[in-house]
Amino acid sequence: MSLLTCKDFLNELNDYLDDATSPGLRQEIEAHLAECPNCWVICDTTRKTLRIYKGTDLYPLPSEVHQRLMEALRRKMSRSTNGS
Amino acid sequence: MQPESARSNGTDDAGLVRLAQEGDSEAFAELVARYENSIFRLARNITQNAEDAEDVLQETFLKAFEHLDEFRGDSKFYTWLVRIAVNQALMKLRKRKSDRSVSLDETFDTGEDTLVREIAVWAEDPERLYSQEELRQILASAIESLPPIFRTVFALRDIEELSTEETAQILNLSVPAVKSRLLRARLRLREKLTRYFKRKGDDVFAYL
Repeated sequence: MSLLTCKDFLNELNDYLDDATSPGLRQEIEAHLAECPNCWVICDTTRKTLRIYKGTDLYPLPSEVHQRLMEALRRKMSRSTNGS
Repeated sequence: MQPESARSNGTDDAGLVRLAQEGDSEAFAELVARYENSIFRLARNITQNAEDAEDVLQETFLKAFEHLDEFRGDSKFYTWLVRIAVNQALMKLRKRKSDRSVSLDETFDTGEDTLVREIAVWAEDPERLYSQEELRQILASAIESLPPIFRTVFALRDIEELSTEETAQILNLSVPAVKSRLLRARLRLREKLTRYFKRKGDDVFAYL
């Protein structure tokens, strides 16, 4: 029998997804998930949310942005060398 | 400046910082090469604006170069860099909007009913339902819809993969405050994405 309520589960969801729960708590969470379809869905879809975001680089650095950064740094560095 | 310098490649950040502090510009360029992608992505996620993100990227590394002598190694170089970037990015946001909308401490409804509204099973590989470009659009607009503090915490923890403690330090928030904002950010994104990723044929409240 699981002692966790759905509310307890939500409070532990972050740590559970981050693998930061103690083995005992982990077991309780998994027991709850096995008998609560709603929490199982929330857990599964949140896990997928994280997986999808981690697997997609939404904003790769455009090469022209990299170039302009290097130019700005070069200007800065030559100023600081000339100045000292 | 040659980021691919053989000498710098195997050196750890602390070693590169020491070299850069002694005036080695190649060492600084290597530090830029290591972190420019992350800093740009972070700035883009927080500001939600390409121009602002580029400004933040430049300001971050220019400031880091300028203040390199003040870096004492109490934290990791990357954390120090991220702190500069986050401050710059939040300043940009404040310029664009009213101060009120970018408070890191903003109060939010803590009622549990707002944490989860829709419960629907997703497809096994929901990302395959869309083209790369469509997927990017979906993910980007979901993040954009989050309040600034939620997307900042999400970007630091789940995209740049900083620890809860590092995130708390960078944002001057307590660890519990970071955790509660992260939970809300994750659950809101989950909610937004459910519309696109739920398994076809399932009713929204099938399990209630």
